[in-house]
Amino acid sequence: MDVAKKIQSKFGKKVELAQRSPKRLYILVDKGDLPSVARYLFEELQARFCTASAVDTRGGIEILYHFFFDELSLMVSLRTLVPKPSPQIESIAPFLKGAEWIEREIADLFGVRFVGHPDPRRLILPDDWPEGEYPYLRRAD
Amino acid sequence: MRTTIPIGPYHPLLEEPEFFKLVVEGETVVDMDVRIGWNHRGIEKIAEGKTYDQVIFLVERICGICSTSHPIANVLAQEDLAGAEVPERAQYIRSIVAELERLHSHLLWLGLAGHFIGYNTIFMWVWKYREPILDLFELITGNRNDYAMLRPGGVHRDIYKRDLPAIRKVMDELEPANEMLTKAILDDPVMGARLKGVGVLSKEDAIRYCVLGPTARASGVDIDVRRDEPYAAYDKVEWKVIVQEGGDVLAKAVVRLLENFESIKIIRQCVDRLEELPEGDIWSPIPQMPVGEGIGHEEAPRGECLHYIRSDGGNYPLRVKVRAPTYNNLPSFEASCIGETISDVALITAGIDPCYCCTERMAAVYDSSDKRLYDWQDLVRLSQEKTEKIRKELGR
Repeated sequence: MDVAKKIQSKFGKKVELAQRSPKRLYILVDKGDLPSVARYLFEELQARFCTASAVDTRGGIEILYHFFFDELSLMVSLRTLVPKPSPQIESIAPFLKGAEWIEREIADLFGVRFVGHPDPRRLILPDDWPEGEYPYLRRAD
Repeated sequence: MRTTIPIGPYHPLLEEPEFFKLVVEGETVVDMDVRIGWNHRGIEKIAEGKTYDQVIFLVERICGICSTSHPIANVLAQEDLAGAEVPERAQYIRSIVAELERLHSHLLWLGLAGHFIGYNTIFMWVWKYREPILDLFELITGNRNDYAMLRPGGVHRDIYKRDLPAIRKVMDELEPANEMLTKAILDDPVMGARLKGVGVLSKEDAIRYCVLGPTARASGVDIDVRRDEPYAAYDKVEWKVIVQEGGDVLAKAVVRLLENFESIKIIRQCVDRLEELPEGDIWSPIPQMPVGEGIGHEEAPRGECLHYIRSDGGNYPLRVKVRAPTYNNLPSFEASCIGETISDVALITAGIDPCYCCTERMAAVYDSSDKRLYDWQDLVRLSQEKTEKIRKELGR
């Protein structure tokens, strides 16, 4: 199963593939297309969702969704940029239960709003943490 | 009538907080919620102000039980980022340390699970057999815990040839002990009645919740990073992945017990190989961290531990993301606890082997008439009473 070819032929110009090494494939995808690509990976290609990681960059919050193909020894990371201010992106938790917590965590720490999340409560920050303060954002000063 | 039982977040005896909310109808759990974050230490943020070498020491302190899992995942991420090679001897040393850790962690689990169901003999036995492993750690790494063995590009400390017989001796003593424990658990009808069919996590749910490690393998999901993306010396030795189909607490116990045999097998082969390789060649330095990113993951005793590192080419990482296995395993309680009785909750939550200090919290609850409901001690007591009842019924 050639995962890279399958994704390329399914999504065409919506995805930009970068094979860094035989075991690491990074895919740049627009935030609007991300849920459909993630769903394709999880449901059709049966990849295992590992986790997501967010980085605060100049252009916005960059989120990587890491999927692992255990049988192929291949890590596929979907990269998407969520522009600031008031970053928001569609949640993948409605079809991927295992992504619920990590989306809540990124919402807590980076202030990204996940639209359509089934349970968008705080996960890590205490209840009395001030609104609008996100500890993992870099300050511009 | 529905009753809500809050478990946690603080318990005077233990230091890590976590909050479980159980909704019960009579004896049956009908809903459950888990809340974390009382002890968020911001380690990912602290890591941004440390050099790459220092990050290894920092992540070693995430967990005291699987303290070598995070350093391994982190050096793998750094080596992925830098494209570094690791000397062969260092690979075998990494495997030995990781497998010794798996042994002591799995034994720890077994002892506590025994205690929860009222089999304190198992608890005592297991502690006796686990202790030599910690002594062995002290001999080969200098510490019983937080071994500080890992380093980007290799390991900090060699395992000397003079210490190899000690490792062999501990393995030779542990193997029959583990066999005895396995038989004692599998052949005991009370144990069977208490563990079989309890807290079943179906294969579908295991995939849906993306659970990891023994929790996944006990539900028939055949994943193990040691085989699927070999690191250290796992592709150079003979061993097999243990998979069970049951999904219940018994299957989780069987997976861990049988994995102990595999760990012993791996350690023996690595020790044989260390005998042949020349001493001293344990590190190849990484001169400069390039701009880019790296992902490292490894099989901790509780499942895959994943680290992601982003570098801007400087001395400090731009971002370090840590995903420990219990983070994925914990939400699956929702699937395995609901519909079970309250006396099994202690055991089911123990089944995924969360860091114990994280689960053993329960506040005493008083209802409106000031009548005390349950605390964690009560849950353990309920669980032990149930075993006692089964034992009497079976006439043992």
